[in-house]
Formats: sequence, C-alpha cells, structure tokens
Amino acid sequence: MNHGTDKWDWGAVADFMPHFWDGVLVTLQVLALGSLISFSVGLLWALAFRAPTRFIRWPVGLITEFIRNTPLLVQLFFLFFVLPEWNIQFSAETTGTIAIGLHYSTYTAQVYRAGIEAVPVGQWEAAKALSLSYPRTWTAVILPQAIRRVVPALGNYVIAMLKDTPLLASIGVLELLQRSRLEAAQTFQYTEALTVVGVAFILIAYPSSLLLRALERRLVR
Amino acid sequence: MTAGLWEHWVLPGIWITIQLTLYSAALATVVAFAVGMARTHRLRVVRFFAAFYTEVFRGMSALILMFWIFFVLPQLAGWALVPMWAAVLALGLSYGAYGAEIVRGALNAVAPAQREAGVALSFTPWQRMRLVLLPQAVPEMIPSFCNLLVELLKGTALVSLLGIGDVSFAAYLVRLATTESAQIYSITLVIYFVLAFLLTRGMKVLERKAKAGIGQFPEPGQGLGPWLRFRRPSAKSGELSSTGVTDVAGVSGITGVSGITGATGGGGAR
Repeated sequence: MNHGTDKWDWGAVADFMPHFWDGVLVTLQVLALGSLISFSVGLLWALAFRAPTRFIRWPVGLITEFIRNTPLLVQLFFLFFVLPEWNIQFSAETTGTIAIGLHYSTYTAQVYRAGIEAVPVGQWEAAKALSLSYPRTWTAVILPQAIRRVVPALGNYVIAMLKDTPLLASIGVLELLQRSRLEAAQTFQYTEALTVVGVAFILIAYPSSLLLRALERRLVR
Repeated sequence: MTAGLWEHWVLPGIWITIQLTLYSAALATVVAFAVGMARTHRLRVVRFFAAFYTEVFRGMSALILMFWIFFVLPQLAGWALVPMWAAVLALGLSYGAYGAEIVRGALNAVAPAQREAGVALSFTPWQRMRLVLLPQAVPEMIPSFCNLLVELLKGTALVSLLGIGDVSFAAYLVRLATTESAQIYSITLVIYFVLAFLLTRGMKVLERKAKAGIGQFPEPGQGLGPWLRFRRPSAKSGELSSTGVTDVAGVSGITGVSGITGATGGGGAR
C-alpha cells in the first residue's frame, strides 16, 4: 500500500473496493424499496387527484405540492429526528428509504396523472357502455393503458432517485458515499474513494438512460 | 425556539440560500446556453463534447460532485475553493447540464424553415442564432427553466453538508441547541415551500411578459433587445408582419417545449 504523496493511488482504490461493493448493495436495496414505495404511493396520490370530492382532491394536492417543493434532505432530517420524538423508531436505512420513496411518490403521481389523462375519453365511454363497474374500469381499461405510457418516465425517476441516494449518507446510512467517507476518514485520501463512487454513478446512470430511451421508443408510439 | 437563535441563524440562512440559488442559477444558465447551443452546432466534434458534458454531469449525483470539487480538486489540481464557491460550482455545473437539454429542446422546436429563412437572408450562423432562433426559443424555455430553478433551490439544501450556513444548516444548529426537532424542521420546510412558491409566481410573471413580447421580430442588429424589453407587439411589428418579414420569426407554429419536462411534472428528464 502506498498512501504517500502521489496524487492518485491505485492501492487506495483496491483497498476501497470491498467497501464499495457493500455500498452498492445498500444503495441498490434503498433504490429498489424506494422505487416500490414511490410507484405505489404515487399511484394512490394520482387516484386521489381524481377523487369525486374536492375534500380529498384539495388536501392531497396541497400535501403533494408541499413535499415536491421542499428539499429531500430536510425531509430526511425531519423524519430521522422527529419520528423518534413521537416514539416511532426506524433504522436510518428504513427512514431513508421511506423519505426517498415518499418524496418521489409526488413526482410519480404527476407522471401517472399525465398517463391517465392521456387515455382517450372514448375508453371511459366504452367501459361505461359495457357497464363495467368503477373498480373494473380502472383495473381492466384505464390503468393498463396509462401505465404502459408512463413506464419510461417512471424509469427516469428511478435514475433520479439513484442520484439522490447519497443524501442518505447524512443520516449515516452505509451507502456508497458514506462508505467512501468512512474509508477516506481512515486513510485521509478522499481522492480515490470519492472518484470511484462518482464514476460508478455515471457508469450506472448513463446506460440506464440509454435503456430507457430504447424502452420509450418501444412503448410510447 | 428562542428568538436569538432565530435571528442569528435562520434569517441569515434564508439570505444565504437565496444568494446560493441566484449564483448557481446564473452559472447554470450560462452553462445551459453554452452547452445547449453547442449541441445544435453543425460541427460533429462540438456536438460530441457537448453531449459528453451533458451525460457526465446529468449522470453524476450533485452531492458527490460537490464533495468531489471540495475535497478532491484541491488534492488533484491544487485548487482549494471556499465551501460557498465549491457549492456554487457544483450546483451550476450539475443543473447547467439539465438546462442544456431544455435549451437544446427549445432550439430544436423552432421550425426548420426558420433556419432556412435565416440562411436565405444570408445571416451568419451566429446571427441566425441571435436574431432568429434564440428570440423564438427563449420564451419557450421559461416554464422548464422555472421547474429547474425550483429544483435548484431545493438542491441548495445540500450545501449544509459542507457546513455552509444556509437554512438547512441553520435548522441543524438550532436543533442541536434546542432539541426541538419537529418545530425547527417544520419551519424549515415551510420556508423552502414559500421560497419555491415565490419563485414560481415570479417566473409566471416573466412567462406572461415573454409571451406578450413574442412575435416581435428583431430587425438585423437588434438582437434579443425587443424580447428583453418585454414590449407588447406594436403596430410597427404588425406592419412588418404584413410584408412577410415577420414570417421569418412567425412563432405561432412552435410547439410548447415545456412538454419536455412539463408532462412529467418537471424534472422528467432527470
């Protein structure tokens, strides 16, 4: 190991790699669960936007606007420091996953809303003509068509979520950034660990966006 | 929460957040226009580097970029930036990459005939950009830029992790001093919401003015002047229109570029 005065030290990169893979695992875990939360809660928001009474529509609109227009970092701190005061105890990782999922659910709600609005009115009328029940109209006619259109846009938010997972380092979740900070704190070499993590993000995000573009060409015509 | 803490940290914090947003937005706008225009350049190599920039900075997490600029750049290049400027640089470069996509989209949405008309009038490429394309594209960019600005405002919260005394950092300090987490973080969230709301309202006014000013074709040498002055179309421009000169800038056919991000509620391209 040569942690000397050289500007770049491959030894430090090699030392960091085991921690890097552990960090990747946590990042992917948070991402998968966060996506699941944002997709499902987002759909609930989107359905609530179309509720028959404004007593549901207005509060939901206000809540989602509020969450969407405030920083994820502050929301993260809010959940992390305030929930224990209310005797709700979660681990840092769970709190982070909930925060990121909830934050992005307000974005996915807009995506679903656009998708639902893009379903032609004729489809609603056809469902009515077939005297389908209200839930059946949603599950069999509207949502299958809407979701097909919104998959690429949802994918965009998964990439955005991936790029926001480093924020979880601030509450001590051992994801990629936190692992690199811990490594750097031991070796005093920020260069290698931070650069590896930065490059890793580009290497994951760029092919993913290419994949999404291909998917978009296939699904949205 | 005691009043002293409030005056000491939160109020200056709001000012620092506003300053950070303004500086980063200025840098991001410059980067967005430079890279966005480069992405429509006729030289392939220019387009390639612009696309490379966009992909790299859009793929990178803003927080990691900020840490990289603050901690790594001094080691690698010997440039030590104060935290404030490291943060502005990171936010500006990062959000500039998103802005570049907005600029590119708006420029591409200008009808191709407009470029051809510019060529027919024997404008140089720069004149075409300045006199024909930008005056039509800029008003179309405003809604998307508004979304980007709100994202940027929220993004400034990251700087608290470098210890810059913005609103989020103030909240952190006040929490340590008073242990009233719920109160201080609720207030902080409301502050951000109000700032975002004011920003959106401001941009709406700008958008309305820009739409009112659009349709005025700047005469050669006038540049973006008429657009920047936000004048309503005057009788003079109407006359020009009847002679067919304004057809070069006949903007009615432009489709809303806001759809690029607008359809997904902003930031869809992220």
